[in-house]
Amino acid sequence: MRRGGWMMLAVPAAVVFVAFWLLPMARLAVMGAQPVEGRSAYWVVLTHGAYWRSLFNTVALSLGATVATLMVAVPVARFLAMHRQFPGRSVLVGMLTFPLAFPGVVVGFLVILLAGRQGIIASLSQAVTGERWMFAYGMAGLFVGYLYFSLPRAIGVLTAAAEKIDPAILEAAQTLGARPWRRFIDIELPALRAALGGAGAMSFATSMGAFGTVFTLGTQIDVLPMTIYNEFTNYANLSVAAALSIVLGLTTWSVLYAAQAWAGGRPGGAA
Amino acid sequence: MKSISLDRSLGWAVTLAVAAFLIGPVVLSVLAGLTKNYFVGLSSGLTLRWVAEVWSLYADTIGRSLWIALLTLIVVTALGVPLAWVFTVHPGHISRALEELLTLPVAVPGLATALALVVSWGTAGSLRGSALFIVIGHVLFTLPFMVRAARASMAGAGLDVLDEAAATLGASRMQRFLGVIVPNAIPGIASGALTVLTLSVGEFNLTWLLHTPLTKTLPVGLADSYASMRLEIASAYTLVFLLMLLPLLVGVQWLARPSRRAAPSPSSST
Amino acid sequence: MAGPTVAPRGTFSLFFDMTPSVSISLRACAKTWPGGTRALYPVDLTVAGGEVLALLGPSGCGKTTLLRLVCGLERPDPGARIFFGEQDVTDLPAPSRGVGVVFQNYALFPNMSVLDNVAYGLRVRDIPRDRRLARARDMLALVRLESYAQRHVDQLSGGQRQRVALARALAIEPRVLLLDEPLTALDAKLREHVRVELAQMLRTLGITTLIVTHDQDEAMMLGDRIAVMSAGRIEQVGSAEQLYRHPDTPFVAEFLGDLCRFHGALDDGFLVPGTQALACRPHEIELIADPSTAARRLLHCTVTARYFLGERIRLAMTTEDGQSLHVSVPADCGIV
Repeated sequence: MRRGGWMMLAVPAAVVFVAFWLLPMARLAVMGAQPVEGRSAYWVVLTHGAYWRSLFNTVALSLGATVATLMVAVPVARFLAMHRQFPGRSVLVGMLTFPLAFPGVVVGFLVILLAGRQGIIASLSQAVTGERWMFAYGMAGLFVGYLYFSLPRAIGVLTAAAEKIDPAILEAAQTLGARPWRRFIDIELPALRAALGGAGAMSFATSMGAFGTVFTLGTQIDVLPMTIYNEFTNYANLSVAAALSIVLGLTTWSVLYAAQAWAGGRPGGAA
Repeated sequence: MKSISLDRSLGWAVTLAVAAFLIGPVVLSVLAGLTKNYFVGLSSGLTLRWVAEVWSLYADTIGRSLWIALLTLIVVTALGVPLAWVFTVHPGHISRALEELLTLPVAVPGLATALALVVSWGTAGSLRGSALFIVIGHVLFTLPFMVRAARASMAGAGLDVLDEAAATLGASRMQRFLGVIVPNAIPGIASGALTVLTLSVGEFNLTWLLHTPLTKTLPVGLADSYASMRLEIASAYTLVFLLMLLPLLVGVQWLARPSRRAAPSPSSST
Repeated sequence: MAGPTVAPRGTFSLFFDMTPSVSISLRACAKTWPGGTRALYPVDLTVAGGEVLALLGPSGCGKTTLLRLVCGLERPDPGARIFFGEQDVTDLPAPSRGVGVVFQNYALFPNMSVLDNVAYGLRVRDIPRDRRLARARDMLALVRLESYAQRHVDQLSGGQRQRVALARALAIEPRVLLLDEPLTALDAKLREHVRVELAQMLRTLGITTLIVTHDQDEAMMLGDRIAVMSAGRIEQVGSAEQLYRHPDTPFVAEFLGDLCRFHGALDDGFLVPGTQALACRPHEIELIADPSTAARRLLHCTVTARYFLGERIRLAMTTEDGQSLHVSVPADCGIV
């Protein structure tokens, strides 16, 4: 049975992809090598203090938000996996997954509603302490935003993995003498390893590339997506913007790829 | 026994706290969009005035977002379903690598993809100023989701065997594709379609760099309103957006229920 | 006494001398589920130290619930007492009871090697690494899987997993061993072979053991005594022979061994037509080819089918009044 005849069907997609992504990306990569102040823009981007600080901020914030997301998502996932049926469960799960499709701009707006000048936290804190607490417009607000859009996905992935754990192995550990904390460390966490890697990578990559959220919270926050935008729009520094984009793209892609490899490493990693 | 109930109450507490954290602001936003005066609070009464103002200010963005999403869907289906079939018929390392390649526009921040597009095609005359430019960006971003969804459906239904059977009965390739492959891949295509629509309606990162003042989409309008409009209007606009998203999300969840394994759930641009 | 397949007695008498076998006593143990369903009615049971007791019954009879009460994974209804020897363990949680459990699907830890699985109970007791790995290797040697120490559990066959599960349960020197349907997950041919091995091993180990099973052959082969259960109650406890020859209730009679039920009458040991409800074992019926040798009107039967089963011949018969009987006769009886 000759299979080669189907190849023609792939041509339209291939043409579109090559013309509108592959080649433009290649051109962008080349632009990043163009000289700025005598040196290739890549070099400038990786060594110049301001850009380095921006990169560092982005990585640190994304990493922190990822760790926080996982730490919060694990108890929720365990809870949902342990209680598979109770009245209102589907409503609860709906509430936890609805924000999955929110774009970054909306998340930014919600953070402002929560922690902005007129936010609920400001009103509450004023009632209690007389001072309005607001932290939406800086790194703290961005952190909350990262948490907001990472949690639904992390909870989804981790719950699915937690539900796959065979309860019998937890009982076996019990009979062998392991108390709850021990069982968590020795049995549950290793079983969740793949899911933790996947959810963590997704959270990190999305946070690194989040533009809409930063844009809404304030154009002065020093993270990479904002820097790229500013370089392009305000300073018309095309090659720097290109170099930064390529660096950012490579970083997020490699994190995702590495997490996939690590997670898929051992057969049957999750029970 | 004590440790078990501590465990359980901790689980309850964290779960409820997270649910409150996630939904609280949404509720707040919905209320703000329907209240006469946000600063006075609910006691000032409910009104649809802000929603009406949103409509007069931003109706065009809503319409434009919808038909961009529709156009994206048509293009992505026309490109992606045949591609999914080619991947199904040629399983192996190369196909897998190519599928990975296809997901690069998703793995890489939208900003980068948009920048590349603007730099390479931004000078192509009328293209830059038309909504089609945005459609191209959306197509690149949503194509892998349709391909994955269609592929899952094709593999699950054992379509390569059905295709061989049809071939031995004398059907031509086009006949087989349109008459056997596509109809049997409908579940995956439907699920992929909803995903594509949801992603396109909510897409911002790409769209922000690709749009012009004449080609604003809903999320672009939202960003505009957050920056310059009063809170009630911004909230009402957000409410309209959420109402548009809701049926799409419900549809995706419904199609993805355990009895049918079709496609992964969407992740929007952030 | 130990066959060639089990390591010689000396190897673990050193090991298990340290834990004298302890008796299990259950007093008024019942279990009711939150919805109100009764899994177990109040049960009194004693298992002597070193004895192997099989809990036998159909699914839903409560045998697994009873097992879970003993190992502490379920709490009995108020008023129950569970003793291991002199110690009241009713309120002790499962991790503190010192029971070794082999689960029906073995429940091996997928993220650990075979050796780490077996050593897990010792790791939890904070036994230093060298000592616990050495002990784990001893246990693997006991079940003849020493060369599999570094394998991962998904590379093992069903029979091998069962042995690892057993080694893991034994590694902690349990005072009580619980086996939940140990042979059910194995295929038929393997089951017979493992049954023999397991029986030998249990006798050599001398640990107080409770086995849950729905298979009467398993119960009769592995258990010193059998407790037949039905619908949450223990119907009868006794040795296999006692239960087979002198069943207390119709349930026990039917569950353990084959039973023939028919209407007739007994006249000095001869079966004659009649209306009394009778029951007996198929091999307890003797066939008489020539009715004239008896001095009375016997029940006449015709053979409708004959099955040669090696040692015995099984006959399906119809009586003159239309009842069906099945009879089992020795293959060399010469009559059929």
